[in-house]
Amino acid sequence: MAMLEVNGISKSFGGLQATTDLSFKVEPGEIVSVIGPNGAGKTTLFNLITGVYRPDQGDIRFEGQSIVGLKPNQIVDRGIARTFQNLRLFTNLSVLDNVLIPQHHRLRSTWWSAVLRTPGYRRREQQMHDLALEKLSFFGPRLMSFRLHQPVYVLSYANRRRTEMARAMATGAKMLLLDEPSAGMNPKETVEITDIIRRMRDEGGYTILLVEHKMNLVGEISDRVVVLDYGQKIAEGAYQDVVDDPKVIEAYLGKRAQDEADSEAAAGGQA
Amino acid sequence: MTGLLSYLVFFLIQALIYALVALGLNLQWGYTGLFNIGVAGFFLVGSYTFAVLSGPAYATHLGGFGLPVAVGILGAMAMAGLIALVVGIPTLRLREDYLAIATIGIAEVLRLVALNARGLTGGSRGAQSIPRPFQGLELGNVASNLVFLVLVAALVVLVYLALETMVRSPWGRVLKAIREDEQAASSLGKDPFRFRLQSFVLGCAIMGLGGALNASFVGFVAPTDFLPILTFEIWAMLIVGGSGNNRGALLGSVLVWAFWTGTGSIAQSLLPSGLQVKGGALQVILIGAVLLLILMIRPRGLIGEERTVSREAELGGDGRT
Ligand SMILES: Nc1ncnc2c1ncn2[C@@H]1O[C@H](COP(=O)(O)OP(=O)(O)OP(=O)(O)O)[C@@H](O)[C@H]1O
Ligand SMILES: [Mg+2]
Repeated sequence: MAMLEVNGISKSFGGLQATTDLSFKVEPGEIVSVIGPNGAGKTTLFNLITGVYRPDQGDIRFEGQSIVGLKPNQIVDRGIARTFQNLRLFTNLSVLDNVLIPQHHRLRSTWWSAVLRTPGYRRREQQMHDLALEKLSFFGPRLMSFRLHQPVYVLSYANRRRTEMARAMATGAKMLLLDEPSAGMNPKETVEITDIIRRMRDEGGYTILLVEHKMNLVGEISDRVVVLDYGQKIAEGAYQDVVDDPKVIEAYLGKRAQDEADSEAAAGGQA
Repeated sequence: MTGLLSYLVFFLIQALIYALVALGLNLQWGYTGLFNIGVAGFFLVGSYTFAVLSGPAYATHLGGFGLPVAVGILGAMAMAGLIALVVGIPTLRLREDYLAIATIGIAEVLRLVALNARGLTGGSRGAQSIPRPFQGLELGNVASNLVFLVLVAALVVLVYLALETMVRSPWGRVLKAIREDEQAASSLGKDPFRFRLQSFVLGCAIMGLGGALNASFVGFVAPTDFLPILTFEIWAMLIVGGSGNNRGALLGSVLVWAFWTGTGSIAQSLLPSGLQVKGGALQVILIGAVLLLILMIRPRGLIGEERTVSREAELGGDGRT
């Protein structure tokens, strides 16, 4: 059984059709990439899967059960966690706090057990702390030692991305939705994060759906690639097959040709 | 000398009662970002509930249950919490401005009910002879105040320690997460509504505790004790001290109350008798000026928010790295 099954979902914002009759599947243990030009509807797809938006039509199934209509927090409970393209960390809280917060609901700690400081409460705190370090250690020493207690606002952009990924892992989800995990990273850091995402699957056991613009990363780790353009799936398959697909080339190059024409026109207008 | 000392005791009791209320507000605003501007209403509910439960039988209005003071206090907290539940359930799902509107409205409604529901509250004349704890010991005035101070101080310490533990617990971390970014918190499996409701109800119950103690200390409640200016004072205490920090709430309460009573007596001695009644307005202007000053010089209050990593987590971290 597929882990995630998207069946004919559509979503429009007023007159704008952001997603049109989109279907695909993700099998357990796969790394699937969603690519497409800016505005193709990739982030919208993540928002639909995670319950931020509700599809106008179609069904989304996770481990065989429909998750349409569930609230975002309920979908996390089912086992899907995400990161955000624009980062949504708790910037005034420490790195460690950020990774501890998602664990609260799994370890069932109540405010009164905290007040009474029961032995069970102390044990759970220790477990949460261990798990936080386990997830942060995916990124080597970058988020460890003194960084643990730094507020997120002092971190570099790349370290914030890493913290957000650790935070998503700490929810206990089986499947991770990563929205442009390498955005803002230099080429060296991109190679590193590519390797880390693979290890998140191989060692962490996560199934991964990711959105990326950096084609070397996508080509390196994807088992399959889904290509979106104007909210529609225009291709799906192995990376090499997909990038050779004329429709995909047109979607990307056509856009670029169009953009160039636009900017030339704009430049001409100014002259 | 004894005059000064007994005044100091009197002052501290009142300041610490407000400190409790400010701690309740700090849980709501400082840690959860809930904009409660109906503090006076929950203080009122605590006051009247205590008067009804523990007060003597009144000729014209509800009372005469004669329950022990401790029961009256718990009842007051429960009632304030219950009202908070009723206000919170419909409003905490919505955008935050709705809570502000609802709380300011409910506080005024409660005050008007207290004023007009004579059979319940004694109307504008209020409820008298509200007991203090250990009334049976027939302590003198000074001793009775001292005992009361010890009791209030103990309750402040208790509430402070409980809140400190809670805000450093996983539960408290989630409150702060919701305050920082609600959508991110729900993307991590938290139901913001549930946590907001818990924080709101708990904070209001603590305000109810303050109200009960105030009624017991003063021995008398009337609707004029619960004007919106009370809410303003508590907010001023929290902002001056530093919201998001329980020690800030305590410090702010003592300082602002000292300022308030100080300016009150100065106004009384300086102003000509014809202008005495206007002295109150002058106080409000002065405290407003202090607030502006604080917000300009130290926008996070005298002691702002501190980093809070739970003790176990911190120890574990240091032990390992
Ligand atoms: N809440 C919204 N209201 C209105 N329009 C929206 C909303 N969210 C997305 N859109 C529109 O839907 C389209 C798809 O947006 P989306 O953010 O999903 O693109 P994307 O593929 O993630 O692009 P990028 O690569 O730039 O991140 C865009 O035209 C966008 O303006
Ligand atoms: Mg996007």
